[in-house]
Amino acid sequence: MSVLMIVTLVVFIGAKGLGYFWPQAIVQFETAQGPVMGEISDREPAHENEPERLQLRVANRDLYGQDFRWFQADEVKNPKLVADAVLVERLEYGAFIGWIRAVQEDGKVIAEGPGALPGVEQRLPKAHSLRSRIHAIEKGEVGDLNASLEGIRLDRRRLKSAPDEAKGKALDAKELDLKARYQQVSERLDELRKESQRVTVILETVDGQRKEQSIGSLIRVLPVNSMSTLSKLKVYMSRLWEFVAEDPRESNTEGGIFPAIFGTVMMVLMMSLVVVPCGVVAALYLREYAKDGWLVRATRVAVNNLAGVPSIVFGVFGLGFFVYTLGGSIDQIFYSDRLPTPTYGTGSIIWASLTLALLTVPVVIVSTEEALASVPRNQREASLAMGATKWQTLWKIVLPGAAPGILTGLILAMARGAGEVAPLMLTGVVKLAPSMPLDGTFPFLHLDRKFMHLGFHIYDVGFQSPNSEAAKPMVFMTALLLLAVVVLLNFAAINLRRRLRARMGGSTF
Amino acid sequence: MEIEDPRPIPEPVVLPPPKTEPAWDRAAVAEMELALRVRKLDLWYGAKQALFGIDLDVPKNTVMSLIGPSGCGKSTLLRSLNRMNDLIDGVRIQGQVLLGDQDLYDPKVDVIELRKRMGMVFQKSNPFPKSIYENVAYGLRIHGVKDTRVLDETVERSLVGAGLWDEVKDRLKDSALGLSGGQQQRLCIARALAVKPEVILMDEPCSALDPIATGRVEELIFELKKDFTIVIVTHNMQQAARVSDFTGFFWLGKLIEVGLTKQLFTNPTQRTTEDYITGRFG
Repeated sequence: MSVLMIVTLVVFIGAKGLGYFWPQAIVQFETAQGPVMGEISDREPAHENEPERLQLRVANRDLYGQDFRWFQADEVKNPKLVADAVLVERLEYGAFIGWIRAVQEDGKVIAEGPGALPGVEQRLPKAHSLRSRIHAIEKGEVGDLNASLEGIRLDRRRLKSAPDEAKGKALDAKELDLKARYQQVSERLDELRKESQRVTVILETVDGQRKEQSIGSLIRVLPVNSMSTLSKLKVYMSRLWEFVAEDPRESNTEGGIFPAIFGTVMMVLMMSLVVVPCGVVAALYLREYAKDGWLVRATRVAVNNLAGVPSIVFGVFGLGFFVYTLGGSIDQIFYSDRLPTPTYGTGSIIWASLTLALLTVPVVIVSTEEALASVPRNQREASLAMGATKWQTLWKIVLPGAAPGILTGLILAMARGAGEVAPLMLTGVVKLAPSMPLDGTFPFLHLDRKFMHLGFHIYDVGFQSPNSEAAKPMVFMTALLLLAVVVLLNFAAINLRRRLRARMGGSTF
Repeated sequence: MEIEDPRPIPEPVVLPPPKTEPAWDRAAVAEMELALRVRKLDLWYGAKQALFGIDLDVPKNTVMSLIGPSGCGKSTLLRSLNRMNDLIDGVRIQGQVLLGDQDLYDPKVDVIELRKRMGMVFQKSNPFPKSIYENVAYGLRIHGVKDTRVLDETVERSLVGAGLWDEVKDRLKDSALGLSGGQQQRLCIARALAVKPEVILMDEPCSALDPIATGRVEELIFELKKDFTIVIVTHNMQQAARVSDFTGFFWLGKLIEVGLTKQLFTNPTQRTTEDYITGRFG
C-alpha cells in the first residue's frame, strides 16, 4: 500500500515536471485577429455549453505582455508546423517564438535570410564564454573588492571611537588602492560587456513585430520543428542540467535552483551536526545516569510534548529566542561596529538549523534511548568486569553498539527537517539569496547568511510568482528534487548504518 | 528466590579430615596461602535475604567450584566477589570479602582497580562486537596501554593461554562474533587473562557449550590453575568433580558444606549434600 503511494507520488510529480524540459513543437494557427504561433501547453475538453479550449504558449512576453493565451478550438484554424520557426531562450522576458531574420555586427548585417540561424548558432558559444567571464569577474573579483571596502568602512567607524592618525592614513592608502583596482576591474567589465553587445540578432514574430537583441542575452536557439529526437534529447539533458546546477533567473521562474538545493543540504547537515550530540547526550542522561524521579519523568513528558508542538511555533520561538535574543546579543557584543545593520540579529542559516534541531531533537532522543536499551546487558557487564569505568563502558561498548539505532533517529530527524518550511520562513529562508552560505570569500563558511530552501522555493514559485502559469512545471520539478535530496541524504545515512552494522557482525536493531 | 529455610542453620563448616588424599592433606591445606577469604557475608535483594553468613576460603592456585540447585545463591556470591552486584539496585551487603589482605567492601577501595584483579567469565559468552584482537586488547586499552608491541604480545599470550591462538592467529582482525560458541567462550577467557588478574571467576562457563567445547574449556581451567586462582559456579556435578580441587555446596542461600572435591563427592558430612549429589533433589 505505502509502496503504491510512494510510486504514485513520484510518478505523478515526475510526469508533471519532467516533461517541462522536452522541446515542444511550435504550431502556427490562423485566427480572426491574424496568425498566432506557439506551443500547445494545455487542452480543456468541451463541457456543457463551453466549447473545447486550447492553451497556447505564445511566449514573447516583452511584446505581448503575457506568455500564455487561451483560444476556443473552433476559432483557430489551419494548424501547421513551421519548419524554420525557432524557440529562443533568453536571459530576460522568457522565451521568444518566431523567426531569426538577420545577424548584425556593429550595426552591419553579416547574415540574413536562411543564413541567419546558422550565423547565430556559430556565434553563440563565443557569446556564452564572454558571459561566463563577465559573471566570474562580477562574483569573484568585484565581490572580494566589495568585501574589502566594507572592511575598511568598519575600520573607519572603529577609529572614530579611538582615533589613531597612523592607522587612519594607512586606511586611506588602502582604500585608494582598492578603489583604483575597482576602477580597473569595472573598466575591464565594461569592455567585455561592450564586446558582448557588438553582435545583435533581429527577431521577428508571427505577426510581424521585430526586435533587435544582443546575442549575449540569448541562451539557446532551437529550430524545434526541424530537430531530430536525438538533438531534442541533448537539449533536454542540457536544460535539466541547467535546472539543477544554475542560479535562478526572472524571479525564480526560470533558470536553475542550485542555491536552493545547496541551502537545503547544508541546512540539514548543520542541523544533524547539532541534533545528534544534543539528542545523544540527553538520551544518555535519561537512560544511563538519571535516577528515576519526578525530574526524569517531567523530562520525558517534555520530550514527548516537544514532538507534538506545531512547527510554526518552533519558528516563532527561533525568531524570538535565537534571532532576536541570541543573535541580537552577539551583534551587541561582537559586531557593534556594524549596527544598526544586523549580522546575526536577523534570520540566517545558523538560526534556521538550530530551530530545526530543536524541532527534531525528540526523535533522536527517543530512538537513542531505545538503541541504548538494545545493547545487551551482558556486554556492559563484561566491560565493567574488566575494570572499565562506567564512562569507558558507555563510550567504547554501549555507544558503538547503539550507533545504528542513533543513525535511525538521525534519518527520521533529517527526513522531518528537510521537509519543514514554516519555521524556516521566520528564521532565515529567503526567496533569493545573493550569495551562498559557503563560498570562496574569507572565512568561506558564512553562518550569518540567509539561504534558499527547496521547500520554500516550491511555495514561492508556485504561489508568490508573478508568472505562475510559466512556473507551474518548476513547482513539480522542485518538488521532485526536494524528494530526491531527502532520499539521497537518507541513503547516505542508511549506508553508514549498514556499514556500522556489518562491522559489528550483525547485531540486532 | 526461595530463601525460607525450615531447617536450623548448620554450624560453620570445618574442613573434615580427608580419608585418602594423596596430593592434599589437611595440614597442607591449612598451610596454603589463601587468595580469597569470605567472612560472614550476608546479602539482601531489597527485603529478601539471598546469602546467609557465608564463610569461604579459596587457596591460591586452586580451583574452587560452587554447586547447588538453581537460585541457591552461588552466582550471587560469585558476583559479590568482584562487586558486580553493585550494579543492581537495592542490593545490601554485610560482611567481608578479602582479596589478599584487602577488604573489597572497604569504602575506600577502588572498584575499578579491584575488578582488574578479578577476571570474570560469564555464563553466556559475551564477546564485544569488535575484532578478535580488539576483544582481547580491550582490557589493556581501557587501562591506558597504547604501545602496540605490548598489546600484540599480550593478545598473543592471552590467546595462547586460552588455547585459542592456533585457531585464530590468521584472522585476528575478523569479528569475534564469527567464532563458534566454544571459541567465543575461550575468547572471553582470553580477554579476562589479558589484564593478568589474580582470581578468575567463572559463572557456569560451559552451560551453553557442547560436550567437546566443554571438554576444551575444562582442560583450559586445569591449565590456568598454574597461574591463577579460579572460582567456578557450575550446575554440572561431574564437571565440578573433574576440574576442581575444592567444592562448596550451596543450598537456600547458605554454604552447607565445603571441602576437598573428592571427599565432598564421596563422603559428604551433611545430609543435604548427600541428598543433592545423589540426585534425591535439586
